Amino acid sequence: MHLVIIGNGITGVTCALTVRRLRPDARITLVSAESAYHYARTALMYVYMGHLRPQDIKPYEDWFWAENRLALVHATATALNTAKNLLVLDNGTTLAYDQLLLATGSESQRFGWPGQHLAGVQGLYGLPDLEAMTRDTHGIARGVVVGGGLIGVELAEMLHSRGIEPVVLVRDGHYWASVLPPEEANLVHQQFAQNRVEVHYHTQLREILGDAQGRVRAVVTTKGEEIACQWVGLATGVAPNLALAKSSAVETDRGILVDEFLRTSVPNVYAAGDCAQHRQPAAGEVPIEQLWYTGRMQGETVAHTLCGQPTAYRRGVWFNSAKFFNLEYQTYGQAPAGAAPGLDSFYWEHPAASVAVRIYFRAAAPHAVVGFNALGLRLRQAVCEQWIAQRAPVATVLAHLGAANFDPEFFPQHEAAVVAAFNRQFPQQTVVLERRKGLFFKEK
Amino acid sequence: MNPTLVTPPLPATTPAEKLTLAVVAGGLLALLLALADADPGRQHLWFYAALALVSVGTLAWSWLKFGAHPAGVRQDNLWLRASTSRGAVAWVTGLVLTGFYVALYWFSGDDGHGHFGVLDHLVHPLDGFSQALRGRPADQWFLYGTFYTLAVLLMGARALWKYRQSRYQLIRTASVMFFQLGFAFLIPGVLLFFQQPEFYFSYFWPLKYDYLFPGTVTSLVKNGGLGVFMVFWGAAMSFIATPVLTYFFGKRWYCSWVCGCGGLAETAGDPYRQLSDKSRAAWRWEVRLIYPILALIVAITALLWVHFATGGTLLGEAGAVAAKWYGFAIGSVFSGVIGVGFYPILGSRVWCRFGCPMAAYLGLLQKHFSRFRISTNGGQCISCGNCSNVCEMGIDVKQYAQRGEPIIRAACVGCGLCSTACPRGVLNLENGPREGRYQASPLIHADSLRILS
Repeated sequence: MHLVIIGNGITGVTCALTVRRLRPDARITLVSAESAYHYARTALMYVYMGHLRPQDIKPYEDWFWAENRLALVHATATALNTAKNLLVLDNGTTLAYDQLLLATGSESQRFGWPGQHLAGVQGLYGLPDLEAMTRDTHGIARGVVVGGGLIGVELAEMLHSRGIEPVVLVRDGHYWASVLPPEEANLVHQQFAQNRVEVHYHTQLREILGDAQGRVRAVVTTKGEEIACQWVGLATGVAPNLALAKSSAVETDRGILVDEFLRTSVPNVYAAGDCAQHRQPAAGEVPIEQLWYTGRMQGETVAHTLCGQPTAYRRGVWFNSAKFFNLEYQTYGQAPAGAAPGLDSFYWEHPAASVAVRIYFRAAAPHAVVGFNALGLRLRQAVCEQWIAQRAPVATVLAHLGAANFDPEFFPQHEAAVVAAFNRQFPQQTVVLERRKGLFFKEK
Repeated sequence: MNPTLVTPPLPATTPAEKLTLAVVAGGLLALLLALADADPGRQHLWFYAALALVSVGTLAWSWLKFGAHPAGVRQDNLWLRASTSRGAVAWVTGLVLTGFYVALYWFSGDDGHGHFGVLDHLVHPLDGFSQALRGRPADQWFLYGTFYTLAVLLMGARALWKYRQSRYQLIRTASVMFFQLGFAFLIPGVLLFFQQPEFYFSYFWPLKYDYLFPGTVTSLVKNGGLGVFMVFWGAAMSFIATPVLTYFFGKRWYCSWVCGCGGLAETAGDPYRQLSDKSRAAWRWEVRLIYPILALIVAITALLWVHFATGGTLLGEAGAVAAKWYGFAIGSVFSGVIGVGFYPILGSRVWCRFGCPMAAYLGLLQKHFSRFRISTNGGQCISCGNCSNVCEMGIDVKQYAQRGEPIIRAACVGCGLCSTACPRGVLNLENGPREGRYQASPLIHADSLRILS
């Protein structure tokens, strides 16, 4: 079998590694134009900030690929002929496949703003973006970041590290309003404030103004304010990269349409990761998932199907994490930003430090826990996931909260304060803390 | 995949920071003047002015750099600054440090008349202090101990400011500062004051290899009660406390909490921790070097005892000669000149990683007989590489984290920086049951590929 994978991001690489494990004899070729070797997209910001060098963000050393017989082709696949099982590459060659995985990832979205193609306007998705940002922010005084999501805060932190003043435009009334409840968003806002980053809420981009050389010189917001700047970062999301798929018979919509086995409309052609759109997502799940973790899980799942073990994609209990300047964030399970029917939530925040935890549970007895938000403290994923999967009652979870504590040694332990706050807010179900932190405490 | 990134301009250093750096530079200049000045009175003046300027400048700079900013991981421009990325400043620093070690080890011995070679003008200003602490004039080793302790304390203060968001780092840094000042500087001095053997209660065989040589043991025992206790202490620490403590806490109880070499690496060496080589090739060199060195010092110790017990055999003489060469090659060149002199080029733990027999011994225990591990939090790793970057021991931490596996490596000294630097809270140093210690997270299906040698 010759498996060709288009894209050497986390999805394509995870698929390649899994296929190598399941089928030691398979011939595997990875095609990528972006980089010769797989690198971690998530670490681009650290290269910009000088924490890491470009070579430090390669998850595997260069010998790894040859030793595991994974052929790397550094080229763009420009056309796909599914009738002949043939790819055309921009280096003048063609590549025949038995099975094909499209893991072409995303591209930054632009919403047709006037001036969006001026020099100095960009998103942050891949290495070319990092190069552009390094070049275009060279020696500038102010950059405007558009978007109140995860990339928005990253861009602000990046500029801040170079002594460039960031101004952040956020559409909603608080940060990342589609995901974070107001209390959590307020803690993120405190990070902006501590680092003296200006954030304009209820504000969107209307227009980008250029100078005579075609470079950005200012933005105009929907409030009519003109903000002078020399660079604009667009952090308003990404959309599937469909360039190759559209050259072929593969059916697409917003993304490449796939069934639960990640099969496209054409036999022997699969799609996974950011570029895939699920025809029938499971209840409560979105059709296009654009996370590092989901990319990895989809890559692993499709590898099983490719190796003759048809496996439906089941995401399992949701999880995600991020860091906002110095504030760590982890979330597990169902953690909606606002009130959700049938769900209740308990929130505790440290009176002085930036530490908070929110536990979501069903309003009806026995109040099964469905999700967690943690800010400024670390929760053990395996424990949270087990509680959610087993529908543990919130009283049980709180009584054993220490089991989920993943903070380093000597860190202040907040379980007693959390339980006390819960007992004040929900006096009808009194909880006694039974388990404290550490691997040696056994369940009673 | 090395994108052509424009080297960006570093943010301008503030005038206040420049001033503090100028104060440090002034202190180093004063040290040179002390070296050059033949007049004992002015030597004193220059020498103490140097210590004062370097101390004040370093503390003020650390506060401006870290203390005055919000607490958190602060690595900005680490790989862009010449001083921390093997640039010109780093090479000059390395040459100066190496030069100091060469001068100290081979060109500053007592000539029998109280002259200490090239460092003579720095030794004598310490006579008064040495007299008060140790009841005898200073020598080149007292000068070295003073500089070493000062470096640990000043750069320890910097580490306390830099890592104040982590209580683990605060307590650990305070610990290395305490052990260096008390156990490796004041107590040996006070022992001398009371006419007792100069003994370091924080160094053990096989690092302090001669503590269990028959020559040292017999001379200590002759000294009476305290000497006998010292022999007992040394043997008990090497053969009982080390395995027991390592079983419970891993090798960190020593390497990153107590040891003086580790103490210097964690404080003065902190700006250089990212320079350790993370490649598989470097790991192979580590294994090739450190275990043979452990075997060598065990063999030499055994030979010396055979010689001692049998009253002189040809084999035993070989032991004495080998001990002498071991002292030169490993004790001086490797641990001192290369180990510290090359901090700005090879990173802060070259000696601990490639050469220290104590680290090898602790590492074997940690790997096979310990409750210690660094846990990975399920499938949360994003392969960003910050953990590997800050690992001073050159462990490619992310190889384990991205596969959901716990990190159990002989080399790990438990400094905890990977856990501190991880932007997703994925890593945690833990002591837990040995059962299932190597168990990977079920939330990620680790490939069985040969990633590590």
